[in-house]
Amino acid sequence: MRNRIAYIASNTFREAVRDRVLYNLIAFALLLSGAAILVGQISIEIEKLVVINLGLTAVSLFGVVIAIFIGIGLVSKEIEKRTLYTVLSRPVRRWEFIIGKFFGLAGTLVVNTFFMAIGVFAALFYVSHKFVRADALILVALYFIVLEFVIICSVALLFSSFSSPLLSAVFAFSLFIVGCFAEDLRNFAGMAHGILRWLATGAAYLVPNFSAFNVITSIAHEQPVAGQLILQNTLYALSYAAMALSGAVLIFEHRDLK
Amino acid sequence: MNYRRRTTIIAATCLVVSLAASSFVLHRTDQLRPQATLDEVLFLSSPKVIERASLGYKGLMACIYWTRTVQYFGYRHHYYAASYNLLAPLLEITTHLDPHLVVAYEFGSSFLAPKPPHGAGEPERAIELMKYGIENNPDNWRLYYDLGFVYYVELRDYKAAAEAFERGSHVPNAHPFLKILAAQMAQHAGEYETARMLWSATYQTTQDKQIKQNAIDHLRALRVDEDVKHLQQAVTRFGERTGRLPANMAELLGAEGIPGIPVDPDSHPYKMTPEGRIEVRNPDDLPFITRGLPPGYQRKYHVLP
Repeated sequence: MRNRIAYIASNTFREAVRDRVLYNLIAFALLLSGAAILVGQISIEIEKLVVINLGLTAVSLFGVVIAIFIGIGLVSKEIEKRTLYTVLSRPVRRWEFIIGKFFGLAGTLVVNTFFMAIGVFAALFYVSHKFVRADALILVALYFIVLEFVIICSVALLFSSFSSPLLSAVFAFSLFIVGCFAEDLRNFAGMAHGILRWLATGAAYLVPNFSAFNVITSIAHEQPVAGQLILQNTLYALSYAAMALSGAVLIFEHRDLK
Repeated sequence: MNYRRRTTIIAATCLVVSLAASSFVLHRTDQLRPQATLDEVLFLSSPKVIERASLGYKGLMACIYWTRTVQYFGYRHHYYAASYNLLAPLLEITTHLDPHLVVAYEFGSSFLAPKPPHGAGEPERAIELMKYGIENNPDNWRLYYDLGFVYYVELRDYKAAAEAFERGSHVPNAHPFLKILAAQMAQHAGEYETARMLWSATYQTTQDKQIKQNAIDHLRALRVDEDVKHLQQAVTRFGERTGRLPANMAELLGAEGIPGIPVDPDSHPYKMTPEGRIEVRNPDDLPFITRGLPPGYQRKYHVLP
């Protein structure tokens, strides 16, 4: 079983690389090096802040876009090309296919993030000429970004399991935006009354909450992140991804592929 | 030359020519409407709306707004603008997005507080900004220093300045001169002495070249103001003693026993007008001086759209 999942995952990774997904690294490198050189000339005393903020924001947004646009086609493209039938005609269970696809996409994003992280640290070294202990906090921000990707991959896969790529993209992107406003949704629920309160509270817990994952600004100011937050964010991302993947498996298992 | 190669060359030539043509036309259009690209517009003025629109990437947005603030101030300052209408809202947005962006408070107050053309002439808003900064960064002694600085330099509010310096002196790792400044403010010590100390402290404690240069300019201006004041007092004493004005600077210096010819920081000798006024030779080279200016002298002001 493990071999089958690993095989599907590695194929998904190879396919993403063949689709030139990693080309985004070039754009990222240009963006960061340009910013590192330019900001010193047009602003005051924020070179390091810009490199950290821009670098981590770009890692996050590039990754989100990749996760959504690849994730939405993972299942539907296989159906469209009819390669899914070949895969499922072998001793591969549907749920293994979904899980394998998930790990393949997550792996692609981890590799992408790894190279981008090297770019962020290189740009940081360029502007600061040295590393300080607090720079290690950037790794925590990167870890949280990867956790975000885990959630988004699973959500994209969930939509991909029952919808067309276009609609899946709309759903996944909307959910990402709503997830960024999850705190507001919770505040709204706190102010509402009656059934609306229950509905809003339910929605606030149902959508992914990305606000706790975004520690970029505080890390840029060298403020430490509590160990408890790292643990809870990890547990949240894993449980949310597990929930979305379970939904995807449930739908895909019952989907008529004829 | 085969067909493919010919097409490539033609297409590449067309690309370069059309790019050059479009850039040229755009440049000409900009000349027709010179201010069009520099319109002072803040499409979104609510910090909360901008915070929401940033989708949580507030740090990057704050850096963008801070850069915009610097560009806005730099542009208007370069042209000696008489108004800086968007400066305070831009700073408000920047610091709301990132309340720990200390540089925005430090520079922001020095952009906001001085009178035009050196700043926006809004010391009250500078104080509001500094108070917000202290609220969010209570352990940063420089913010208390900057607050006291605005109170003293722009508002001459000794009590409030002393209070700010005093509070700052209790912050861990605060610079020891805060205590001295607090005491001087409380005593209303000599104007020049206190001002010189403040600007010297600014010069010594900053790493930024522009702040250092600003401090040097103010220290030069203080020296001129003090020199002119003393020379003017000498002219008054001479007049009281002799019943007439000194004929020239040499007579004044001889009568008052002042050795050498007093010169300004650029080594230009001060001049005395037939009316007995002491003036500097090149007021344009000495921004911030308040004495020694020719009657009716006005620094350049422009009202930018």
